[in-house]
Amino acid sequence: MARPLRIVIAKAGLDGHDRGAKVIARALRDAGMEVIYTGLFQAPEQIVQTAIQEDADGIGLSILSGAHMTLFPLVVEQLKEQDAGDIVFFGGGTIPPEDAAALKAIGVREIFTPGAPLQSIVDFVERECGRRRELVG
Amino acid sequence: MAKMIDRPSGLGVPPSPEFLEQERVWEAASKRGKRRSGPGSGATDRTLSDVPLQTVYSPKDVEHLDLPRDLAWPGQYPYTRGIHPNGYRDRLWTMRQFAGFGSAKQTNERYHFLLAQGQHGLSVAFDMPTLMGYDSDAQQSRGEVGKCGVAIDSLADMETLFDGIDMGDITTSMTINGPAAIAVAQYIAAAEKKGIPRAKLGGTIQADILKEYIAQKEWIFPPRPHMRIIVDMIKFCTAEMPKWNTVSVSGYHIREAGSTAAQELAFTLADGFAYVEACMAAGMDVDSFAPRLSYFFNSHIDFFEEIAKFRAARRIYARHMREKYGAKDPKSWQLRFHTQTAGCSATAQQPENNIVRVAFEAMAAVLGGTQSLHTNSMDEVLALPSEKSVEIALRTQQVLAYETNVTNVVDPLGGSYFVEALTDEMERQAEAYFDQIEEYGGVIEAIESGFFQKEIAEASYRYQRSIEAKDRVIIGVNAFAHDDERIEMDLLKITEEMERAQARSVADVRGSRDNAAVAETLERLQAACRDPKDNLMPHMIDCANAYCTEGEIVEAMVVVYGRYTERSVF
Amino acid sequence: MSEFFAGKPRALARAISWAESGRGAELFHRLYASTGRAQTIGLTGPPGVGKSTLSSALVRKARSLGKSVGVVSVDPTSPFSHGALLGDRIRLTEHFTDREVFIRSMASRGHLGGVAGATIDAVLLMDAFGMDVVLIETVGVGQSEIEVAELAQTVLVALQPGSGDSIQVLKAGIMEIADVFVINKADHPMANQLRREIRSMMEMLSFPGWVPELAMTQALTGQGIDDLWAAIESHAAYLHASGKYGDKLRQTFVHQVRQLALGGLERRLDQRLRETGDTGTDPYVAADRLLETFGVGKE
Repeated sequence: MARPLRIVIAKAGLDGHDRGAKVIARALRDAGMEVIYTGLFQAPEQIVQTAIQEDADGIGLSILSGAHMTLFPLVVEQLKEQDAGDIVFFGGGTIPPEDAAALKAIGVREIFTPGAPLQSIVDFVERECGRRRELVG
Repeated sequence: MAKMIDRPSGLGVPPSPEFLEQERVWEAASKRGKRRSGPGSGATDRTLSDVPLQTVYSPKDVEHLDLPRDLAWPGQYPYTRGIHPNGYRDRLWTMRQFAGFGSAKQTNERYHFLLAQGQHGLSVAFDMPTLMGYDSDAQQSRGEVGKCGVAIDSLADMETLFDGIDMGDITTSMTINGPAAIAVAQYIAAAEKKGIPRAKLGGTIQADILKEYIAQKEWIFPPRPHMRIIVDMIKFCTAEMPKWNTVSVSGYHIREAGSTAAQELAFTLADGFAYVEACMAAGMDVDSFAPRLSYFFNSHIDFFEEIAKFRAARRIYARHMREKYGAKDPKSWQLRFHTQTAGCSATAQQPENNIVRVAFEAMAAVLGGTQSLHTNSMDEVLALPSEKSVEIALRTQQVLAYETNVTNVVDPLGGSYFVEALTDEMERQAEAYFDQIEEYGGVIEAIESGFFQKEIAEASYRYQRSIEAKDRVIIGVNAFAHDDERIEMDLLKITEEMERAQARSVADVRGSRDNAAVAETLERLQAACRDPKDNLMPHMIDCANAYCTEGEIVEAMVVVYGRYTERSVF
Repeated sequence: MSEFFAGKPRALARAISWAESGRGAELFHRLYASTGRAQTIGLTGPPGVGKSTLSSALVRKARSLGKSVGVVSVDPTSPFSHGALLGDRIRLTEHFTDREVFIRSMASRGHLGGVAGATIDAVLLMDAFGMDVVLIETVGVGQSEIEVAELAQTVLVALQPGSGDSIQVLKAGIMEIADVFVINKADHPMANQLRREIRSMMEMLSFPGWVPELAMTQALTGQGIDDLWAAIESHAAYLHASGKYGDKLRQTFVHQVRQLALGGLERRLDQRLRETGDTGTDPYVAADRLLETFGVGKE
């Protein structure tokens, strides 16, 4: 029995714009994945605990409030602390190109800007999280 | 609501045989035509919101409309053609650019700049912690302070925000919802400290909490306690601040969340009517407060759909206010609204294209008769606007107002077969939604059932799918895109140092005030929260004057009302 | 495995995933002996009744008594595409960073009964892990309520005033499985009427052992939760006192064995059927022949 990929889609900080996150969640579901939606206003610690308990293959974080340079690194840190660095961490939001580059440098696997085609996100998740699944079993 | 009438309406004169023959010829020619194909051609038969469109409109499509009943003249019930007899000839719309970032001092500088560049009124954008009721040094605020608006922790910040600005002379719009009453209290306190009496203050507070549950998600307390707060605020402002718009019932955010135009129209008006009903249930006479209710719509990129939406909004509102709620003062029937161009239509790719989008959206708002307008800056998809791009956004309005001459004629599209037919269709769709909401037992019940959220999620997903399939295209994104685009722009940056400075500043305020007064005013506010007959506003003003921080006031109220959490609805 | 017994949440999470991948057998050889200690509570009800809010309140209550809690939240509505959108965790946010609370969302993955096939495994694993209480939460659609009854020692059925739920209760045979009825949104104008309706329905039936209790709650404010917990404990005490506790454990065991055995049989049967292409034989004869190949004689 092949177990579907499990992805946590999260909204962190005080940002309430969940349109994008929900659309992506649906697209991943339509592609056959199990998507766990954390809801709004999550702290980094909460997101990582969720990912651990749900044995997630990936975490997708959406931030449109400008707080990404604080919150993304905090999640990366938590993942390291909880020994969960193998989980594929990606995200999107109102993130200018230099910030996206900086985030990728510290361990965020990919940043999707507004306008990124849904299919490219789905393909990325299938590929990267699929790879992680193969490694981890 | 429209029914067949047996006399000529003046709009759809019964067509002559010659005209009918011309129609047949056109139909035949139309059938021979070959529809264009390729990207972006998959949705030529409908609006952005999937409302079906004919290829061309004729008198037959408006036969059922009645001139006196459905159109009348500008400044006359049902106000389809506008709420003022001379439209923009007498007075242009207010150019009101939303602004706010960083500290109160930084925003104050931006306000001085905008006023010097010819802006008419101020519009305050608050940061996320302030919008959600957290102080700048709270755990939940980390990374968020000053990022998408100005940080206002206490009266001290509000005073700085308006430093050097005559609060009795300009009007101010404050976009805040959960803690709106607190912001109003701080605004009043700041003005009175400068010697300006509250009765002289003009402006708007958004305070539309219902749409938060539906779309924007900036709530604090659960719906029913929040309604009480809003009713108290409306009561207070009605009595003490005759120039103040007590609520800006908003559709902008509903649209940004992915709804269709008809949903934006229907859900916004339904929210407005819910406030009307709540105030009437609290014993207020509808004509005492209705004239000061205002509205806030989105202006999206489907040009004619937006214009029809605005016109339909006025007509629906007038009809309900007069017929259903029994308002007698014409001012209670008149829908006054502010518009903002659609943030969700802007792209990160080839951002200069956003200038063009905004220009079209602004024109639709003006042809739709808006009272006040904010035009987005081209870089807002990536960051808060730079000085240069906000200037271009303001100039867009000025070119529209002074060069295009669309302001010289009131409701210039009135009588257009297409626009009148579409206006009517929007009204029909909105009424259908009202019926559905009734079935749930009202707006709050529908919110609790997830009705609005589900409609919006569906519309948003459908739209995204049409983009993915290239039925619809977005220039620069899925058509005419640069594969290797590197976005080079001077973006506004808010530093982490600003957050630390603000945290220090709020700590200073806490250290240098009369903490006994703080405790006392908070306690009295909390007691008032428990007593439905004790209006909360005077207590909030007392708290503001004691330099209570926003977070402290919110916490005191959360003890009584609790915090809201939503269900997940996809 | 050592991490599992060391109490590392990651290990429990991975174990549940293994069970979902069909590798439950390997785990249970080693873990089954550690099960049988947890108090299992099933919570079911129609959509919108506030189950997740109730769960959150129950978790809070259990924690206040110093108990560790596992929550399995099952979405029975996503069988076919093998994809699922699981959002019930949202209401449990306040417990996410509590080390003594473990929450797992599960999709039904084609299991026809509606409750996930691996749910029992997840419950047993949480039990073996050392959780004092395991809460199984699912939406009451299809047969999921009945299934939950087979998995949990105490079954709570949540009802919503003003929604015609009482009729549903009568129709679906819920009366037989509910140990406690929970009327949530007790502040609703029709809450008392619903209580009366349930009571009068109960009067029409006879309950030889445990008589279902009825709790009125307002999960958002916490009102009535203490009473609800008292009813749960009361039922648990009843089970132990009457010797029915052992029956419950056996019931769950039988349910799981049956499910595993039937699953295995079904797969072998389907395989054989794929191999036989012949439609010429009369179906009754074909079926009997198939059964014979498994060593099953005529009835």
